[in-house]
Parts: sequence; structure tokens; C-alpha cells
Amino acid sequence: MAFTFAAFCYMLALLLTAALIFFAIWHIIAFDELKTDYKNPIDQCNTLNPTVEKVKKIKRVKIALKLVLPEYLIHFFFCVMFFCAAEWLTLSLNIPLLAYHVWRYMSRPVMSGPGLYDPTTIMNADILAYCQKEGWCKLAFYLLSFFYYLYGYEKPFVSSSFPLLSCLGISINII
Amino acid sequence: MSTTGFNSQNGAGGGQAYANGPSQNPVALQQPPGVGYGMTHQAPYNLMQPKAPMPPGPGLYHSGPYQPVPPVSSYQSSPPVSSYQAPPGQPLLTRPPMGGPLPHTPPQSASPSPGPRMPPAQATPPPPAVSSNSYYPNAQQQQPPMAHAWQYGTAPPPMGAPPPMNTPSGGPVANHVNLPASSTAPPQSSTAYSSPPQGPVSHNATQPPGPGMPPTSLHGYTHPGTAPPPMNPMPPHTYQPGRPPYGPPPTGPPPTMKPAPPPTGPPMGSATPPPPKADAQCGGAANCTLSPTEPDYQEGDIECPGTMAGNGPQTPNTYNHVDNKMAGPPQSGPPGRQLGHYPSLPPGYQNTSAPPSSASPMHPPMPTATQPYTQAPQPYQQPSAGPGPAQLSPSLAALSLQSSTPEALRVVNLLQERNLLPPGPIPAPTPCLPQDLQKINCNPEVFRSTLTSIPQTQSLLNKAKLPLGLLLHPFKDLSQLPVVTSSTIVRCRSCRTYINPFVSFLDQRRWKCNLCYRVNDVPEEFMYNPVSRSYGEPHKRPEVQNATIEFIAPSEYMLRPPQPAVYLFVLDVSHNAVETGYLNMVCQSLLDNINALPGDSRTKIGFITFDSTIHFYNLQEGLSQPQMLIVSDIEDIFLPTPDSLLVNLSECKELVQDLLKSLPNLFEKTMETQSALGPALQAAFKLLSPTGGRMSVFQTQLPNLGVGALKSREDPNQRASAKDIQHLSPATDFYKKLALDCSGQQVAVDLFLLSAQYCDLASLGCISRYSAGSVYYYPSYHHAHNPAQVERFQKDLKRYLTRKIGFEAVMRIRCTKGLSIHTFHGNFFVRSTDLLSLPNVNPDAGFAVQMSIEENLLDMQVVSFQAALLYTSSKGERRIRVHTMCLPVVNSLSDIFAGADVQAITGLLASMAVDRSVSASLSDARDAMTNAAIDSLASYRQSVLTIQQPGLLAPACLRLFPLYILALLKQKAFRTGTSTRLDDRVFAMCQLKYQPLAYLMLMIHPALYRVDDLTDEGALNINERTIPQPRVQQLSVEKLSREGAFLMDAGMVIYLWVGRNCNPNFLTQVLGVPNYTAVPQNLYLLPELDTAESQRTRAFIGWLRDQRPFFPTLHVIRDESQLKANFMQNMIEDRTESALSYYEFLLHLQQQISK
Repeated sequence: MAFTFAAFCYMLALLLTAALIFFAIWHIIAFDELKTDYKNPIDQCNTLNPTVEKVKKIKRVKIALKLVLPEYLIHFFFCVMFFCAAEWLTLSLNIPLLAYHVWRYMSRPVMSGPGLYDPTTIMNADILAYCQKEGWCKLAFYLLSFFYYLYGYEKPFVSSSFPLLSCLGISINII
Repeated sequence: MSTTGFNSQNGAGGGQAYANGPSQNPVALQQPPGVGYGMTHQAPYNLMQPKAPMPPGPGLYHSGPYQPVPPVSSYQSSPPVSSYQAPPGQPLLTRPPMGGPLPHTPPQSASPSPGPRMPPAQATPPPPAVSSNSYYPNAQQQQPPMAHAWQYGTAPPPMGAPPPMNTPSGGPVANHVNLPASSTAPPQSSTAYSSPPQGPVSHNATQPPGPGMPPTSLHGYTHPGTAPPPMNPMPPHTYQPGRPPYGPPPTGPPPTMKPAPPPTGPPMGSATPPPPKADAQCGGAANCTLSPTEPDYQEGDIECPGTMAGNGPQTPNTYNHVDNKMAGPPQSGPPGRQLGHYPSLPPGYQNTSAPPSSASPMHPPMPTATQPYTQAPQPYQQPSAGPGPAQLSPSLAALSLQSSTPEALRVVNLLQERNLLPPGPIPAPTPCLPQDLQKINCNPEVFRSTLTSIPQTQSLLNKAKLPLGLLLHPFKDLSQLPVVTSSTIVRCRSCRTYINPFVSFLDQRRWKCNLCYRVNDVPEEFMYNPVSRSYGEPHKRPEVQNATIEFIAPSEYMLRPPQPAVYLFVLDVSHNAVETGYLNMVCQSLLDNINALPGDSRTKIGFITFDSTIHFYNLQEGLSQPQMLIVSDIEDIFLPTPDSLLVNLSECKELVQDLLKSLPNLFEKTMETQSALGPALQAAFKLLSPTGGRMSVFQTQLPNLGVGALKSREDPNQRASAKDIQHLSPATDFYKKLALDCSGQQVAVDLFLLSAQYCDLASLGCISRYSAGSVYYYPSYHHAHNPAQVERFQKDLKRYLTRKIGFEAVMRIRCTKGLSIHTFHGNFFVRSTDLLSLPNVNPDAGFAVQMSIEENLLDMQVVSFQAALLYTSSKGERRIRVHTMCLPVVNSLSDIFAGADVQAITGLLASMAVDRSVSASLSDARDAMTNAAIDSLASYRQSVLTIQQPGLLAPACLRLFPLYILALLKQKAFRTGTSTRLDDRVFAMCQLKYQPLAYLMLMIHPALYRVDDLTDEGALNINERTIPQPRVQQLSVEKLSREGAFLMDAGMVIYLWVGRNCNPNFLTQVLGVPNYTAVPQNLYLLPELDTAESQRTRAFIGWLRDQRPFFPTLHVIRDESQLKANFMQNMIEDRTESALSYYEFLLHLQQQISK
């Protein structure tokens, strides 16, 4: 089987989704720290991050903020790739998230720079809870789509067995 | 401003977690000095620290370096007497032991059946079921029947609804406090602060008592005559479980029960500081604490109002502090003189600790093991005179029920009872706590909860559909504030709660935190009680006896040396500004008050003026006259001479005065019309950022040059639009980002907006909102054309310049485990889930907090809330003011409703609605407020009432709820259909979020008095001035009469409406005019006539004004006055073209409820 453009797309998406998973985890951690630092923020930071520089809460927001746009762009990028590869099913699975991203960015607070999170409202319990939930949902979505892309990547090559898939699967299990 | 600038707002301290504050989050953590967070940025401060912080030492605050100092802080500026104080003359009510039914006659004992009730719902054609969006047109059709229906208003209320608790079969559960996670999703049109009903939810078995359970005790008291059987067993049942932790089995019932202090405070002494009467009273209060074991009390150091009149006019009295000479070794044997200050503990406490001295000559030593709560043993100190233990439980139950609660659940049919307003101010409900706890509980003016009984679970709270939250006024001027100096401040080791009256002492050496329940050791020095000079009585220490207390913080609470008081004035001098003539007023006020600015020898001051360029003023010592430096490069602003722009006030006072005198003339002929506010703010920020401080910005037009330039967004044709109001949110985030930068550098920005045109307060206001400043707005200010505004501006400025101020403050609010903070409202930056960053804190700032219940509070009888405000006083001391409030936990809906505080609920809802209208839309916010009323009343009807009567039923404590909601809907901030300038609306929203509750309520629901027939009947007597107390009237034109004169007190403004046929006596004796036509159009001042009527009226108005820190202007209004429309718009019970009348609103509610 030839290495089609579609397979290339899937491979690319696979790698990028791994990055997105990483982003999602980072997102979750950042907001969790924001939320729980009331216990005793400095002690907690010292135990959690003995080597990392002393974590500043707002810096977390900044990190989260910096992650937002790359995440959106990456997702948009492979959506376009799937569109070019005419993978309609995959594209339709990703369209809702794409639409959500667009809506989310349109309805962001008034801000001169890029970004999504406003430090003055981020501590509101509703927004904090929403962001956390958003993080978990995205993590789940990316994980599922990771395996879906893996499957989509393998399918053109082999129809009977999935050597690469199983090998990757094992390695993931090990991880 | 770039993103990096934005993000550096918490201090560029190289990733330091708390580089932001001077105190690195000291409220939470008391790290050992030397751990070394964020010390890197200390260097810049060392230069400017002329004096080391004063070490807490013996005798330092003894009789106070404060008092002799002329520029006093407003500790001394005649604040109202706090209502800790129960009027000492008040008779003690004797509560008989609860053997049988209470000697309490039910008001309508004759007819337990509904009786002659005529439900108006039947008299009037029921309004057609319409959707909530379309009820306005229909309302008009209901008008005729309405008038008819009101005639039944005098019929007896539908008494006799047997109110036993019934388990609701389940109500739709809506999340009242938590916005659903989807709240940022496209708004649903008719949501309240609640998610859509999620269908019936069956009862948790642990929650309300089942159908067979007797009604709660509260209910029993409500209808003693009609629901007798269950009431007796229940009262002990309700509170008995709560007792064991608090005390040993008492040996007798407490013999006396004092009526709870009126929360608005006995007005006595509130006006002017040293009434001779207060002196006597205070002395009396103190004397009654005397116990033979504490002879030093008599030493006459009682610092109560009036006793120190000799200290000069500015320092009269009110700063009573308790010196706690506990701390170090030098204080091991404090001399008696120091102890003499103790009697200035709040009289509320003193009364509690005042056993009739004849009965108990000594506090018997408590067997510690059996008395976990020995700190409040006072009620049990009269063993000889009580009945035996058999009568214990009922009497305790009687104790635990406050006198106000039985009334709270009385069923009121709002459609029938017309006169709901009490004649005077509405007191805050008293929490249903045991007497001994309640007596020491926090003053409701300072700390107040919307529900004085906290529901056990979130689902119960959701079912009640009432918002749970706190309203705080943490820095309120208090007349009596115990101040403690101690080298170690006793705090819980795990949650850092300050020790407070509601902790329990397990034994002498251990105490249990009431927030996290950790058991802590009592430090050695805490064992010594300087009040009684005895050892081993930690529960008698002032920290454990006062719910509001102030500590002088030791150096662990400082991240840098306490900053000096720094004031920077940023003045608009464009042509427009000069036209208004405000500059004169500011300079004059400053000249007058320059010695009264709070501060010490380190105080600094500076000035910046701006039009299209920025002007700095070099005031360095040695110059012969101030030097103006003009920076015209507004793109990249810089400070021309960074060292000499902010100068020491005492060293350079002449130069400053010269400048203030010449400033108004300097720009007299300016033709510059542009305003570069943004660059001016940036320059001011640069100037202040090394020290922090206060920036006062005066702006008179829309900024239109440089960064932060704004465009006019208001379309005057849309002012009266009934559709959604646009542009309530800021147009740019420049001001918000700058405010966050300011907040990080401990700079607060106060904005004075004096403009006739649209100024985009929604954008400009952010500069104050996030830097914990305040906003003042004087629409159409003009020195000649608008004398009322001028007077208000002048008075406000005086207050602003001289009021107390706290710098580099943080406030942390802690609550018992299980509760958590949901949202904050007010002006601040939220730095953590429970920590507010307040670069400045002022005594006029209020805060609101929404709470949610995260874990069930099943095993708790009480929960506590503690607000700790750490600030640097203007004298350079680090201080911590701690307020603690304790509230009972209940598990039945009826108890929740019985404890509802309608004013606090209204205040919190108003704040929530402001947020909603900015984040969603105004109509959404309006719907949410209406739904809040509908939901809570529907929940009451479904879950608490068993017998479904027709009519709109509400518990007595919530009877004003629909009225207040309607008032909010008609408030400037939320009204639609009436022409409202956008800035006015936004300013009203700012006020709703920022004002303390007491002033807020007047803004929402003004008080109307008839003043042409003032009499001395029931008058107060303050300082030998007689202050008449007319009855509060309903806000309806129906109450006005042409023969009378009416005074409307709307908080910021007072209207005196004179009827066309007004009593000529009133015209001549009070207004000093011969007849009605001679009343001037613009009358802002009552003439000082030497007649009894004039004196009464002026005394009354003066008394109203003295009750608040800002200055309400008086407008005398006649029929033709332009302001008549404003006056009439406050008649909220009447129908307008665009809004319902009160009765129509009630019908609408009823219709929605019965749906």
C-alpha cells in the first residue's frame, strides 16, 4: 500500500495530538494549582516543585494563556490537512471542537493581546470550574482521537494485522 | 501595553510567589524570616525608609502615640457608635423557664382558620398566563382591579395557617449559587442565578425532618396558639445537640436575657464624638464588668467617648485600644497602669462578663476537663439562684432562640398586607445562636450573612433558592476597637486562623480551631491574662472575648518595611476641566486639609497635571518656588526628575502650598482641549511604583490622546431603550492592565469623574476597580451652575482626604471547612481563592462574597467565618484587623427561611446582577433578579407551607423581598425604558458593588419621611439635640399629599418635596419663604431659622447625613423643578410607563409561582 497523503495526515495528527494531550495535561495542572493553592501555596509549591522555580500563580495563567493559541492553531492545522486529504469522517469528528475553539476565542474577555484568560476573573469559582472541566474534556477527546488516528494511520498499510499499532500500543501501555 | 507588562503585575520579583505584596501573604503563612521568598526586591525600598518599623514593644501603644498627633486618622473622626453596644439602659428581659407554653399571646389567636381573608387573586381576574417576557403589556389591564384589591389590605392577614414542617415531595433543584458549568455558553434567556430545574430530587434522608416530625422550634414560637402540640418538645431538640460542646451542664438557667442590640446601632452618639451622656454610659458599662478580683479596672483609664476631651478637638475619644502587654520578657510584670485600658472592651462583651457582682464574687476555677468551652462561662456563673438541672434544657432552648426569630416565619400574604415597611430602620436578623455566643458575635454592620442559619448541605441550599453569601465592611470606622500588641499572634497551625471567641478550649493548654478543627497548643505567653492579671485563663484574653480585634503585627508580617503614606494627585487641566472650575475646589480643599492628611513624618505628596502633555512639579526642598516640568512625549513617557517629584510633605509644605495656590491660575487661559489620561496614569504609576500609595485622578472628559484613548460609545437615542443596553463592559483593557500593574506595586487609583459628557466610565472605572480604589462621579459638575454638586464634591473631598487609610493591604476570608468562597464582589484584585489584594483600603469600602457549600456540614452546630485584613496604617504600623462571625447550621428549610436576611440578600443579588449584566446582558440580569424572588417564594410555598392558601405568601422575614427586587429593577443600574445616561448607569453599578450594605439599601430603596409635622415624640436625643424620628413611608405617590412636605433619603442625595398646598407654617418656619411660589427653584440649603420647626428639620437632616461617610446633597423640589422626575422615579411602588407597580409585580410573581 502506498504511503498516501491521508496516511501522512494521520501520522502528523498522531504526533500533534500527542502534543495536544501534553497541553491539556498542563492546562489541567495549571488550573488545579490555581484552585488549590489556598491550602498553603508556598509550602505546596515547595513540595510539589522542589526543583522548579518558585511557581507564581499568575505565571501559570500566563503559561496556560500561552498554550491556548498554539493548541488552537495545531488543531486547526490538522483539520485543514484532513480537509485536503478528503477524510470527511475524521474532519466531521473534529469540526465540533473547531467550532468550539472559534466560539471560545470570539467570546473571550476584552483584551488587547492574544489570550483567553483574564486574571481578574479567573479566580471566580465558576470560571475556574469551567476551565478545569474544559481541560478534562479536552484531554479525553484528544486521547480518544489519538487512538483513532493511530487506527486511521495503520489502516491504509495493513488490513489484517496491525504491527505498528500493536507495537505502539504496547509502548503506550508501558508508558 | 504588552502582554509581559500585563503579566508582571504581581511583581517582577523574579518568579517570587508573593513578590506582590509587602507581606508575603502573611495572612496565610507565617514563614520564618529568612526563608527568603521574594526578598530580592527589597533593595529599592531601603532607600526610602527613613525609619525602621517600630518594633512591637512594651508601652508603645500605651495611651497611644496616636492621640496627641494632630493629623489624626479617622479612628478619631467621630464614627458612629458601633452597635456592639446594647443600650445600657435597656431593661433586661427576664425569660421565664420554659416549663409550659410561652407567655406569648398570639396576635390572632381567635381565628386559627383563614378567617375573613379575601384573596385578591379571586377578586381580580387572574392575569392570563403569559410568558415572562410579555407580561408588561398585560399588566396595564390589571390596573383597575388592582385598586380594588388593595382595599382588602386592611383585612386581617391570613393567619392561622398551621405551619408544621412538611417534607416537600421534592422540588426542582436549581443550583442557586453555582452557575452551571455551561454558564459561559450562550445565555439562556430566563435563567435566574440558577440552572434550569433539573427535575425533582428526592429528599436526602438526613435532611429535613419527615412529615411526622413536629415543626421546628421557630415555628412553634411563631404560632404559639395555633400549633401547640409539637412545639414544646422541639426547642430543646433543635439546639440541644449544639450545647454539649459549648459548656458544661449548667447549674441553672441564665437568669437574664438581654434583647439583642439593634444592629443599626443605637443612634446615640453617632453624630458627634463626645456626648457627656456617652461618657456616663460607657463608664457605666465598664463599671459593671468590675469584679472584685480585678480591682485595677477602677483605675479610671477607661477610654470611652468623652473622657479624653482634653486631648484637643481632633482626638476626642473614639480610639480606644486595649494594650496587651503580653509579649516579651520585659512585659512579664505589667504595671497596673497599663492594664487599666482593658475596660474599653466593647460593652457587649462587658455586659456578658458581668455577673451580678453580688451573686458571684469570683469566677470559680473551672474544672478544665469537663469544660471544653470555658471561655464563655458567664451565663453559668450564678449557681445559687437557678432552678435545678431538670429545667435546664427548656431554658437553654429559650436562650438559644432569639427574640426576633419567632416573628421571622409568620406567614404574610403580600397581596393583602399593604403596610410592610417597619416605621424605622430595619434591624439585621439575629442568628439563632446560644446567647453567650451571640453576645460576642461580630457586629452585623461589619460582617453579615445573607442566611443567618447556614444550610447543612448544598442541596438544601439549592432547595431554598436563596443566595448564600457574606457582606463585609471590614475597615469601617469603629468607635471601640480593642488593639492588641503581642509578639506572637496565636493562630491555628494548619489553617492559620486567628484565635477568636468561637474556638473551644479543650483544656488550659490546648485549643481547637473552629475552622479546621485542628487542636493547637496555647503558647505560654497566651496563658497570662492581662485583663485580670492572672495566669492560666487564656479564655479571658481579649482575643477570645472580641469578635472584632486588631493586632499590631510583628515583623514577620512585613515583606518590606511598612511603606509611608504617599499621595499623588493627577489633575486634568484641559480647557474643559478649567471651565468646570473644579481645580479651585481641589486645591482649596487640599490646602485646608493638608495637615489632616493621614500620615506621619514620612508622608509624601506629589502632583501631576495633564492635558495633551504631562506636567510634573518639582517640589524639592530648597527651591524657591515649584518648578513645572513638561513632558510632551506621551508615546514613551518618562519621569524627568524621579527624585524630586514626590516629596516629603512636612519638609516641603510651603512649596506644596505655593503650588496649590498657583495651580488654578496657571491654566486659566489654556486652550488645550485634548486629554492624555492614559500616559498621565502611566507616568503616575511609574512615580508611585517604588513605594506604593494612593493616586487620586481627576478627569473631566473622555480621554482622547495617547494610549487608553476612548471613543464615545453612547448613543443618546438608546438611553431609554427597553432593549438591551450595550457597552456596559470596558472598551479596552488598557485600564484594567494598568490597574493590575498598580495593584502589584501597591498603588490604588481613586477616580473622580466630573463630566457633563459621556466619559466611558465602564472603561475608566476599571482603573479603580482592580486596584481597590473608589470611583466618585459628579455629572455636570460646574462651579457656578451646579452648586449642589459643588457642595457634595467639597464634602466628599474633605472626607476623602481626611479619612483613615490602610496601605498595602490584603484581606483573607476563611470559613469553616466545608464552605468555600465562590465569587467576590467589590473593588480589589483576587489573588487567590480566598485572598484579596487591596493596595489601599478605606473605611467606606464594602465587599460581598458568594459562598457555596462543598462538603456537607453534618456534624456541625455552628460554622464560623473570619475576615482578616492586614494593612499598613498611615503611621507606618503593620496591623491586622480580624472579624469573626459565627452562625448556626440548620437542616430544615423552614429554619433557613427563618434566618434569611432580606437586606443582605438584596445586596448580594444586586452585586450578582451587576456581574450578570456585564457578562451576559441587562435583561438577563433583570430576569435573574425576578426569578430569584419567584424561586425562593415558590420554594417557601412548596416546602415550608403545608396548607396551600391562595395569595402570595412569604415568611415575615422575607416580606420585603419582592419590594426590594422591584426596587432593584427600577434602580438606575438596572432600569430599562427610562432614559438613563450610560455613565449614570455604570456608576450606579459601581456603587452597588462597592458600597457597604447600610448605604446600599438606601440607594435601592430610599426612605421617605413626612417632615412638615415633625414632633418630638419618640425623638432621639443626641448631644442635647433632639432629633425627631418620623415614620418611614411607603414609596408611593399615594402617600404624598399636597398639604405636606416630604423628605426622601436616597443615600447619595436627599430630596425635600414641598407640596403645592403645603402647610404655610412649614414654608415660613422652615424654608423661610412666605408662600409656595416663593420657594426658590434651586434651593440646596435650608435656612437656619430660629424656630422649633426649622431646628427639628435641620436636626433630622443633619442626623441622616451624619450616619454616612459621604455627603448627600439636599434638593428642595417643587412641582416645576427639573429634579421632580428624579424624585418621582424613586416612587418605586407606583407604575411607570415602562415598569410594573408593586402590586402588579406581586401578581406577576404569584402567577409565576403558581405555574
